[in-house]
Amino acid sequence: MSAAKAQARGFLALELDGDGAHPAAWRAARHAPAELLTGHRIRATVLAAESAGFHVATFSDGPLDARAGVGGRLDAVQRAAFAGPLTHSIVLVPEVDTVYTEPFHVATQLASLDYVSGGRAGWLVAAGGTGAEGAAVGRPAVEGEALAAEAAASIEVGRRLWDSWEDGAVIRDVDSGRYLDVGKLHYADFETGPDFPGQGYSVKGPAIIPRPLQGQLPVLAPAGLLGGELLGGGLAAGGRDSGIDAVLFTAPDADGLAAEAGLVRARAQGAVAVIAELDVVLDARGQRAAERVAELDAHVPWTSSRARYTGGAAGLVQLLADILAVADGVRLHPAVLDVDLDELSRQVLPQLRRLGVLAPVGVDATFRDLLGLARPANRNTALEHQGATHE
Amino acid sequence: MSENSDIGNGFLPSGQLQFGVFFQGVNSGTVWKAAESGSQTDFESFRHLAQTAERGIFAAFFLGEGLRLREHLGRPHALDVAGRPDAQTMLAALAAVTNKIGLVATQNTTYNDPAHLAHRLASLDLVSGGRAAWNIVTTDNAWTGENFRRGGYLDHADRYRHAEAFVETAKLVWDSWDPGAIAGSETAPAWLRPGSVRSVRHAGQHYTVDYAPRLPASGQHRPILFQAGDSPEGRDFAARQADIIFSAHPALEAALAFRRDIVARTVNAGRGPNDVQIMPASEFILGATAREAAEKKEWVRSLQIGPQQAIAYLEQFWGRELSGYDPDGPLPEIDPVVAETSETRGSGFHGAKARQLADQWRAEANDKGLSIRQFVSGRTSRVDATFTGSYSDVADTLARYAATGAVDGFNISPWLVPTGLDEIVNHLVPELQARGVYPTEYAGSTLREHLGLPVPRRAQAQPDGGADARADTGAGADTAADIRLELAARQLQL
Repeated sequence: MSAAKAQARGFLALELDGDGAHPAAWRAARHAPAELLTGHRIRATVLAAESAGFHVATFSDGPLDARAGVGGRLDAVQRAAFAGPLTHSIVLVPEVDTVYTEPFHVATQLASLDYVSGGRAGWLVAAGGTGAEGAAVGRPAVEGEALAAEAAASIEVGRRLWDSWEDGAVIRDVDSGRYLDVGKLHYADFETGPDFPGQGYSVKGPAIIPRPLQGQLPVLAPAGLLGGELLGGGLAAGGRDSGIDAVLFTAPDADGLAAEAGLVRARAQGAVAVIAELDVVLDARGQRAAERVAELDAHVPWTSSRARYTGGAAGLVQLLADILAVADGVRLHPAVLDVDLDELSRQVLPQLRRLGVLAPVGVDATFRDLLGLARPANRNTALEHQGATHE
Repeated sequence: MSENSDIGNGFLPSGQLQFGVFFQGVNSGTVWKAAESGSQTDFESFRHLAQTAERGIFAAFFLGEGLRLREHLGRPHALDVAGRPDAQTMLAALAAVTNKIGLVATQNTTYNDPAHLAHRLASLDLVSGGRAAWNIVTTDNAWTGENFRRGGYLDHADRYRHAEAFVETAKLVWDSWDPGAIAGSETAPAWLRPGSVRSVRHAGQHYTVDYAPRLPASGQHRPILFQAGDSPEGRDFAARQADIIFSAHPALEAALAFRRDIVARTVNAGRGPNDVQIMPASEFILGATAREAAEKKEWVRSLQIGPQQAIAYLEQFWGRELSGYDPDGPLPEIDPVVAETSETRGSGFHGAKARQLADQWRAEANDKGLSIRQFVSGRTSRVDATFTGSYSDVADTLARYAATGAVDGFNISPWLVPTGLDEIVNHLVPELQARGVYPTEYAGSTLREHLGLPVPRRAQAQPDGGADARADTGAGADTAADIRLELAARQLQL
């Protein structure tokens, strides 16, 4: 593999939602079903993920199919926030909708998460747009290009609000009696354009919270939101601290992920990271992975759009090493969190560390550090330096 | 001073007080100029206050809500502390580092969607093990709306009617899961028992909801509801919907009168006389001796209202630049620019008679021989909300509140972050405990248990969830943090 060991930057993310990716995972969990929806459960899973050496924990959100599996879910930003003071190295990335939420609130919540986690926060952008999600807030379903447009608008609002306070805006100048330097506060003045396919809106700003610790939180989005010409429309990856920083992708099967990584990287030009999505079932407790799936499938079949690895730890180590030679990261979706996380912790991550394909885990490092991103200059500060005017 | 405890209507004083702490985030009461003044945004400031409060058996930790950064004469206001986190995100983090204390989020009914807000509050309630509460506030000004998709859409006259429909919808969300809806073991037929969750539907004037709730009730059944509106309409709203009123009547006589009024309204609304508790906003300036406390008060006031704040305070009512005036001189002789008065502060000064007010203030300051700074300091310090004195004297004073049943406790705004509760917890709380008027341990694990509030009747989904017909034109607080401003607005309307 091409990456020099000393410069290994590969990272592993773990999805901590529910009892695992399999809809019947709750039957194999090591706790009573109702215990899932508690702070104890968040604490136990995030600490297990951190001590296993995962770089990133993600927290899915959105509607659930209660007929198939678990029918309850805590708010993802709150789960990540709860995990913040309990952890020291793992990055915390909630999934947050962009279609039916208030962009101002979302930006504030994510900035707040950055504060409570010491700069370890990120944002996994969601844009479901389903009729059921819309009905909850009295709005219609959104689909196609309009989804990407909603996502792009929300991200832009977040980016502008996070820069609406320059660093050092809180001056606490006793002599002049000023707590703030008002010259370092800026309106966001966001407005959806004339071609915006949904109901347009504007956000004035400034934010009600100072600039996040990281300056700008890393923003992740599924490759599905990048389709075709939409790349040019504001969800464009890269560009200086606009759009998204990282793209999540999958492939029809696990062996195709490495090849797909190269294609996604080409499409999402400028994204600093491409992250493969992989469902994982491991041999565990003397039982073959395939048997474990069969037992769970007998309750309810597992349908997933992601690639899947089913087998022993050694094979997964090899697969992840191959993918990480091309992709920047892999997000694992364990079939049963309680069972597969144990195996990952004991058999897989230690081997990958030995192979030198994983980035070191940095205590008190930021998410931007992990992605190799410097703390960004503030767009408003930068404008002034260029002599441009800003109202 | 009367100690008449005959509240009437079957009300029984508990003889006990509870404390809450209100981390306001944006206000002129937080001293930022002292050497001990810490960060308003670092997590450690919040952790220190919450954990200190928990050490002092406080019932609740409150956070205000920011919807738009305060402005002054068209620019962000520079003189007071500003910049604060999202309430529920911060409280979820604090839930991980506290065990007992209630966690109260001020959240607005106008710029949130009812299903989403109810879901997030239910989530906080579960994450914290039944310790969540919602301080319900409304706003109707379009200036705030400029940060939100809908913009300013709500008429002032509709705000309480809108809020009440919102709260009713939230209660339906919280009560939608049957007890025992979740599987008892891994062998159950399904994780969620079919038919055990009722969808919530509401079709009203301002919003439409069709929602399948995703969370069960917590150990306290549903989040505790706080409310701070003070108009007759606001009081009736609280009597129907709230568990606790975050009141603006801390002086004993006024507190007793307010209690009588609230008990009557609560009973009238078909609830028990003790079902709605009262916790006024308050400030404590304490010392080992009365003299030490008095000196400290002078120091605190000088830091809260410096010369620049004094001028700025007048500018928000005058609507014009007054920086040419001497803060230690008389009030400005020029008249306010009425049309531009104060909307940007995010509070309800609409229609206020600014010119008339200026005349009154000038006359008052002239009569008492007060400078601008002295006048503003007196006006903003809420004299009746500040308890100043030695630990034991203040404890004696508070014991009288407990005995009369005037209040159920106090919601304390610390004037120093993050150490503003230290001496209250170290010195005042033990004095109160020695007098038998303050808990020596938490009553249980949920906020409802700490407060001794009854288990709510489960809200039943109704076939027609249309908007409530009760008309309401109240002038409640815009956000809890704006209570000072609301008080000022009320004075304007006198």
